[in-house]
Amino acid sequence: MTSATAEKKKGRPASPVDEGHGEVEQKLITVYIMGKAYEVPADATIMGAIEYAGHQIIRGAGCREGYCGACATLYRLPGDYKIRTGLACMTMVEEGMTLAQIPSVPAEKAIYDIEQLKPNVTAIQQMYPTVFRCVACGTCTKSCPQGLQVMDYVQAAKRGDIAAVMDLSFDCVVCGLCMLRCPAEITQPLMGIMAKRLYGRYLRKDSPELAERVKAVEDGAYDAEYAELMAMGREALSKRYYARDSE
Amino acid sequence: MYPDYMEESLRKVVESRPKRLELARKSDPVYPLMNAEERRAVLEGFHPDFEPSARRNVCVGPNKGESLTTEVADLLESHSWLRSEQVDLDKPDFETDLLIIGGGGAGCNAALVAMKEHGMRSIIATKLRMGDANTMMSQGGMQAAVSRTDSPTRHYLDAIGGGHFENKPELVRALTEDGPGVVKWLEDLGVCWDKEEDGALKTMHGGGTSRKRMLSCRDYTGAMIMRTLMDEVRNHPDMIDVKEFMPAVELIMDSNGRCAGAILYNMDSEEFFVVKAKSTLIATGGYGRLHIRGYDTTNHYGATGDGLVMAYRAGAKLMYMDSVQYHPTGVSFPEQIAGFLVTEAIRGAGGQPLNKDGELFVFPREPRDIEASAIIRECVQNGNGIPTPSGRVGVWLDSPLIDMLHGEGYTEKHFPAMYRQFIRYGIDITKLPMLIYPSLHYQNGGIEINERCETDIPGLYVAGEASGGLHGRNRLMGNSVLDYNVFGRRAGKYASEYAKTVKLGKLSVAHLDAYEKQLADANVQTDLVTPILLPSYAPKDVKKRQLVRGGNALPGSSVVLNRLHDDMFSPAAGAK
Repeated sequence: MTSATAEKKKGRPASPVDEGHGEVEQKLITVYIMGKAYEVPADATIMGAIEYAGHQIIRGAGCREGYCGACATLYRLPGDYKIRTGLACMTMVEEGMTLAQIPSVPAEKAIYDIEQLKPNVTAIQQMYPTVFRCVACGTCTKSCPQGLQVMDYVQAAKRGDIAAVMDLSFDCVVCGLCMLRCPAEITQPLMGIMAKRLYGRYLRKDSPELAERVKAVEDGAYDAEYAELMAMGREALSKRYYARDSE
Repeated sequence: MYPDYMEESLRKVVESRPKRLELARKSDPVYPLMNAEERRAVLEGFHPDFEPSARRNVCVGPNKGESLTTEVADLLESHSWLRSEQVDLDKPDFETDLLIIGGGGAGCNAALVAMKEHGMRSIIATKLRMGDANTMMSQGGMQAAVSRTDSPTRHYLDAIGGGHFENKPELVRALTEDGPGVVKWLEDLGVCWDKEEDGALKTMHGGGTSRKRMLSCRDYTGAMIMRTLMDEVRNHPDMIDVKEFMPAVELIMDSNGRCAGAILYNMDSEEFFVVKAKSTLIATGGYGRLHIRGYDTTNHYGATGDGLVMAYRAGAKLMYMDSVQYHPTGVSFPEQIAGFLVTEAIRGAGGQPLNKDGELFVFPREPRDIEASAIIRECVQNGNGIPTPSGRVGVWLDSPLIDMLHGEGYTEKHFPAMYRQFIRYGIDITKLPMLIYPSLHYQNGGIEINERCETDIPGLYVAGEASGGLHGRNRLMGNSVLDYNVFGRRAGKYASEYAKTVKLGKLSVAHLDAYEKQLADANVQTDLVTPILLPSYAPKDVKKRQLVRGGNALPGSSVVLNRLHDDMFSPAAGAK
């Protein structure tokens, strides 16, 4: 029973699920969680398998949907020398898999005042100088569970191309696997966050209508209409609501 | 890939697509909108809140006698981890201006405003890592009235109508009026909003919006906002002390009935720590991991309603805790991602919900409770759902329409997370529809606040999903992202102003003993100890073998399992 089926077993009103005790036919396979063998469902995610084994995860689970990067996992498959990487919530178990979650990846975030930086190569040099140690081996890209072109954004950072770093690192979930595998000890995700912030702060065109709207609110342009709406009874408000036009 | 038996239904979707595409290209709604009477009928008939066992009266605390969501009543009628004699309050381990409980969007906003605008120090105490919050997971966007055809007052009308006119008006005003300012605040911090070539913010529709008002950062909106806020918090270690894996387990009061901090629990060393704070903010988020009515949830691992029960024991009143939000589109298949969120922006961009015959049965962008109820009706009453191999059911969400409407490549560019989620299982959402069913998504109610984020208890502030009143009994898409930004910022401001003048009296946790007495007087029989902190997904046979320490009088987190749905331990069975 994976966590997903565990939840299912609690039943949902609309599903004709058998509310028995889970004696549904289930194919089990053997995986090695931190070296110890467990029988787990063949269709489980790594996270589901760890919980099926009875572990209460404290470090190593977060959003459980592939956004937060809490569940970085290293694993190997039988007869294969390669170290593989994945998010435990997104990766399926395989027969004979041996795995360990990474509870935390040590890394030092640069402390900076964004108002004092410029969106150029100098910011990268000052805040994340290790970027320039990149030997272009591509291990970071190979290790990315999101399938991002990590090495390409490191190269872009070396050129000071902040827009490219933003674009290529946009979907980074900061699981830390790239920086764990990097032989040059670069902290790619942290640099990526700084680059995105620099892009958002400096390289994006301002929205003129936003500035106008903020000013209008400050000037009290909507005060009278708010007062009118807030004084309306439920019926009048309902009438106004259902009569409103739509874009 | 979808199983073979779904082929015929998929073929019908393809067949009806050209006609539906034509409808989508017109400016009229693709399906008639429901009027007030139709909305009421579908809600009362099919919304899970209206099932007979969905609610029960709570028998202790500030809302005593009020009908609440059953699982919430169970949560509130529970024992504390602590009794007053177990805690030494004379020598606090930490002192600070603001104690912020919860390191999500609301908490980080509050800490930044407290520091930048009021020079106040804060401690952020969070259960898991900073940013481990539902904030991180919001995909589709944030509402804010920024376009020229829109206005904050129109946003007000949409929000209050979506909430069935039960929202607290002053909160809706604060939300909608602060919206544009929040967009600017976040952009100045470096959030990369999706923009047009000329710099105008891209806007989309969400359910219940009468103007395109949804701002986005691809479909990583929450992740972008959260990582930016966290990064900025970490730029100020001298002013903001972040304590991770240190959840609060109870509030501390003073001799004058003010909130004066909290007791934290270190998840690693299993120690308790006393924090004395001039003001305290609960920003602990919601309760999806209680799996209300057995539903799958879109929520974060830590969404166990901790703040609710702590505040309730201390005497804060809850509002609209009888109302649960089920997101219309949770994943129904593949099984491994069942319950996961499919962003409402998919429908905002033109995706259509379809029954097994490939037919529309509801306007795609009704407010969430209406849309979810209509999907449940289509499956349960009309029998027009598509069963999955594991016994779930779902309807199609026709995503290939999106590229047809906006051009090839649009889906992959604007919904990379969604695309990635499904392609892992061999389903290309630009070519095949998704199979969806409502999933437990949001705590509509919470601890009642005013527009200053104040509660019944002086010195106790609440912001974000933990609070109640803003959304009435139904929140619209994109208003929670705005909520935690607007009210997180407001909490930072008002809690700072209060902290500048307050003089605390003697610290006390006598309220825990008083609450325990209320439980005994009401003859509540339960072994549930809360806050729950983390749900357990261990199989039943494993749970039976697991260690239970000291009869649960002082449990470690590893034994405070989610027993709400475990027959063996069901508190509902014993409680009155």
